[in-house]
Amino acid sequence: MAITTRSSGATQDARPAGALSAWEGMARQYDYWLTVLKRTWRGGVVSSFLTPLLYVVAMGVLLGGFIEGDPDKLEGATSYLAFVVPGLVASHAMTIAVSESTYPVMGAIKWHKTFYAQLATPLAVRDLVNAFIGFVMFRVASACAVFMLVLAPFGVFTTWWGPILAWLSQVLVGFAFAALVFAYSARLRSEEGFGVLFRLGVIPLTLFSGAFFPIGNLGPVLEWVARLTPLWHGVSLSRMFCVGQVDWSLVLLHVVVLVTLTVVGWFLAVRNLDRRLEV
Amino acid sequence: MISARGLRKSFGDFEAVKGIDVEVRRGEAFGFLGPNGAGKSSTMRMIASVSPVTSGELRILGMDPATDGPAIRGRLGVCPQEDTLDNELNVFDNLYIYGRYFGIDRATCRERARELLEFAQITEKARSKVEDLSGGMKRRLTIARSLINNPDLLLLDEPTTGLDPQARHVLWDQLFRLKQAGVTLVITTHYMDEAEQLCDRLVVMDKGVIAAEGSPRELIGAHSTREVAELRFGVGEHEALAGKVEDLGERVEVLPDRLLVYSDHGEDVVTAVLDRGLRPLATLVRRSTLEDVFLRLTGRTLAD
Repeated sequence: MAITTRSSGATQDARPAGALSAWEGMARQYDYWLTVLKRTWRGGVVSSFLTPLLYVVAMGVLLGGFIEGDPDKLEGATSYLAFVVPGLVASHAMTIAVSESTYPVMGAIKWHKTFYAQLATPLAVRDLVNAFIGFVMFRVASACAVFMLVLAPFGVFTTWWGPILAWLSQVLVGFAFAALVFAYSARLRSEEGFGVLFRLGVIPLTLFSGAFFPIGNLGPVLEWVARLTPLWHGVSLSRMFCVGQVDWSLVLLHVVVLVTLTVVGWFLAVRNLDRRLEV
Repeated sequence: MISARGLRKSFGDFEAVKGIDVEVRRGEAFGFLGPNGAGKSSTMRMIASVSPVTSGELRILGMDPATDGPAIRGRLGVCPQEDTLDNELNVFDNLYIYGRYFGIDRATCRERARELLEFAQITEKARSKVEDLSGGMKRRLTIARSLINNPDLLLLDEPTTGLDPQARHVLWDQLFRLKQAGVTLVITTHYMDEAEQLCDRLVVMDKGVIAAEGSPRELIGAHSTREVAELRFGVGEHEALAGKVEDLGERVEVLPDRLLVYSDHGEDVVTAVLDRGLRPLATLVRRSTLEDVFLRLTGRTLAD
């Protein structure tokens, strides 16, 4: 049996010497992400707020005007606008999370080599992932919050607390997609993989995860396929809270799925980035 | 500061570093010389505690990179071969933000950044974008950035590759000042003049192993003669004439355009050559340099 002694004495703490707490690791990158925000917020305003607003007007108000507001057919919503808004915001959360975790991740690895420079400091791969996803989530959370506030006067919410919980659901959607897509991007050698992700991932999910129509319309088989997609869990959660018809056991299921995906995605993201940056 | 025993690094089947022993002492400037692919950069990345050791023992500042990586990196300055400056930040922010990663408070970071801009002679560029800087300025900024945490040990991977002579001399001057200030320097280079200028001690690496070790002067003494006589004859004659001057030096090397006769007394060689009735088109007697040692040890064929 090998016996090792340590001059520092036995400690319960398995962290390496000088390793930062998760909080400290993120705090040290605050100034960096603040400059990124200062540089990019203008473009973010257009893509985060203006584009979705156009969707709401086009789909919710103009197209929705032709759709009969039958609560039985619209998962409890009294108008198509009330039906489509929670789904739109949830899928918007996904879109922001995905686009902020694709090219920017590849850029930090391949083009700007930001991650390599950061790793030459006491920061660890885990800290880089945390701060990166933290920034993405700031984007997602602020965009969804503003979106929900703008929609409040349209009379699509039934309670005051519903939109808040719906917003938290949208944040959960963002977390799940940010972590999973970060893990994907960290492995990718060329940006062509992003085209595949958007065409075969983001667009079908946006269209068929129940944001624009009830997934019951898909027919029994495809309905079950839709139920397996992460976005449907977020759309359903967001809509239940906005419409005010909450099935709490379903809420639990949705939350468990989204949190599990986030945790799995985070572990994969750290592992993949670690392998990618090891030289 | 650095102690390596039987240090190895493999990437799959390829062994980049094949068991090297290195000892770097406080305050000295230590060089890794070698052709491309000799294993210098792999060694540097292991020392920088970003690349795990495959086998062997490595201690940096008395700590093990496998377990104390963050603590070691906190006391190192790293100037990588490829610039990793943030092109989207201005010059000042590159320093300031980097300092924050080390946990240095904001006021100290700003002050350090200003001092380092001064040191790197780029103060007037503080608000410029990095992409607008010249190659020499980028290098100086990279070195300035690596000093933001007042490192005990500064690692420089080919610091002057790609720079013009003026920029190289400015950099050498700055590195010399750092050395005077007591910073331990570890430098990789394939420029022999750089190694002679900067390094107290160096190792020559070739194909993953250490081929020789010592001060520049010791290495010249051990692997070359004091002087070299270069004899230039007509094209195609060198091979045939080599036999006629062989006995004049310790060693004769035939190149396509000249003969090199290694001897402690170069002028005597030239005189003897003329006495034998040989008429070289040109002759040159020069001191041996590290380049002679380097080529002797690592060969003249291209590494890649």
